[in-house]
Amino acid sequence: MTGSKGFAGTAGWAGFAAMVAAGFALLLGLPLVFDLFGLLQMTVFAAMAVLALSQGFIWGYGGIMSFGQTAFFGLGGYAYAVAAMNMGDSTVPVLLSVLLPALFAALLGYFMFYGRISDAYIGVITLTVTVILFNVVNSTAGDFYTIGNAPLGGFNGMPSVPPLNVPGDPSSPLDPQQTWYAAMGALLLVYVLLRAILASRFGRVVVAIRENETRAQLLGYDTRLYKLIVFAIGGGIAGLAGCLYANWGSFISPTVFGLATSAQVLIYVLVGGLGTLLGPILGAVGIQYLISVIGAQEVVNANLVLGAVLVVFVLLVPQGLVPVVQGLFRRVPGLRRGRVAETAPVEVEL
Amino acid sequence: MALVALIAFNVANSIAVLVLLSLGLGVIYGMMRVINLAHGEFLMLGAYTTVVSANAGLNLWVAMLVAAPLAVGLFGLAVERLFIRFLYGRIIDTMLATWGLSLAVVGLVTTVFGTTVRGVSAPFGGFAIGGYQTSVYSWFVIAVAAAMAAGVWLVLRFTRFGLVVRATMQNPDMAAALGVSPQRIYMMTFALGSALAGLAGGVLAPVSGVSPVMGGAFIARAFITVLGGGPAIVTGTSLASGLFGSISEVATFFTTPVFGQVALLLAALVMIRILPQGITGSGLTGRLLRRSL
Repeated sequence: MTGSKGFAGTAGWAGFAAMVAAGFALLLGLPLVFDLFGLLQMTVFAAMAVLALSQGFIWGYGGIMSFGQTAFFGLGGYAYAVAAMNMGDSTVPVLLSVLLPALFAALLGYFMFYGRISDAYIGVITLTVTVILFNVVNSTAGDFYTIGNAPLGGFNGMPSVPPLNVPGDPSSPLDPQQTWYAAMGALLLVYVLLRAILASRFGRVVVAIRENETRAQLLGYDTRLYKLIVFAIGGGIAGLAGCLYANWGSFISPTVFGLATSAQVLIYVLVGGLGTLLGPILGAVGIQYLISVIGAQEVVNANLVLGAVLVVFVLLVPQGLVPVVQGLFRRVPGLRRGRVAETAPVEVEL
Repeated sequence: MALVALIAFNVANSIAVLVLLSLGLGVIYGMMRVINLAHGEFLMLGAYTTVVSANAGLNLWVAMLVAAPLAVGLFGLAVERLFIRFLYGRIIDTMLATWGLSLAVVGLVTTVFGTTVRGVSAPFGGFAIGGYQTSVYSWFVIAVAAAMAAGVWLVLRFTRFGLVVRATMQNPDMAAALGVSPQRIYMMTFALGSALAGLAGGVLAPVSGVSPVMGGAFIARAFITVLGGGPAIVTGTSLASGLFGSISEVATFFTTPVFGQVALLLAALVMIRILPQGITGSGLTGRLLRRSL
């Protein structure tokens, strides 16, 4: 990659600044536009967008095909719920909700990347781990399964998860509007963090590994370690999303580990666009909105629509919407025609 | 003594269920490198075919052993023509597309039949091992699993179709040069694998609750068995079923069925770390079983 294609290019900086500005505008503006219900919905959209970013990062940039990003999502949610019930103050639980899934991802990544198994196997193994977690947590009904003073509740889940509070002051929990600030703030933070990672030397090696793992190895990079770190970062981000999600509804249940949730995350990224960060965010918001619309009527089933969307995109628009739209813009005057076709995801800056 | 016999019987049954669940998937994956994430839904469709046609008055055995594989085999044929054939060689895309298919089928079946659990009662009744009561139907499950594995092996090993399929698997271009159409072979293999899944779903319908989401309960076990088995379809799947079935049944005996499944999946993860290409693909067993089917 040359400098002009990287983060430091003028266009790259402009795009980045525009994205952050738009993010801040939404952060401050939405509470003025939406009523309480709308704002709550936006909060869960933001949480799902964080989850989508984690999948978009490890899949679109790291080339790691995780079918079980919800394992870390659920783990983060449960870690937050259990810790918050035991501790009162929410600061440490939030940190735990990031660290625990990140560590778990690192452990799992060790098995997968150091075993040098193929992409397809990674998909199946991550899927299996999610199913294991679902089965285990689902069977934790009863008083026996209590951590400190937090009953896990089995398939009924854990109701009344304590909300976030002002750091260090458990007596002042956040109201819905402040929770929105927290969720949208987290989304912005994760976006900026991922951009920074991708602009760094580390990020460039990661993309190089995605492009050609053997070549990266021959150049002397330990690709296993890089993938492990990418996977752990993705796990931590998914855990943060789980924390936000548990907060949003004050509730967490084993369905967060379900196959349907895992599929949804993949659909966010695939629809939005692989190899971009904007794509997964837009995909998450769009698909979540679609699900809420479908939920409001009874003619078609949400699974049917989501499944159809997934099949159609894989067959017809495998690169996702954001790259397609960017391609259209690039075709406008001044640019060579042939470039559109060879636009690699590497160049995408949004 | 009776307890040991009972456990042995349960282990055999658990192995048989794994063989049923994974053989269809194994045929499709082993022959075509296509990971069909909708496999669980193929099983579910087989189970629904059995229940619906048996409740409509069809003889249960005909519904189970003829209608279910036929219906799901045809469904598989349609799926292959409509989606899968555009995705050969793109293994991740196939996984995504079949996952989409799986969601869509779950959604469709939910719309048509609702979410209620249906079922047909298991024929034959029970028998006693010492003081323990157990089901005669389990013998039938074991018999069908054995017949299915033997049947696939015999077809691959001794028939002309099996020879052509194996040749296509090894080198599609060479097979095409010799006048075989790989496209046709893939189509037939996919339909065959689907039919096996349908048969398995039919046979398991009386012993498992039939609902639109039942596939999800099977899918992880089926995959992990196929991957654990490695490249030799019948030998690998059977050996992996034997290993994982025993582990899960013994763990179930000492804890709960849930932890039995967890033990199965954990054992599989460890095994894939040790033998990344499965039992018949790597390590000492891989060398011994290199030429098996």
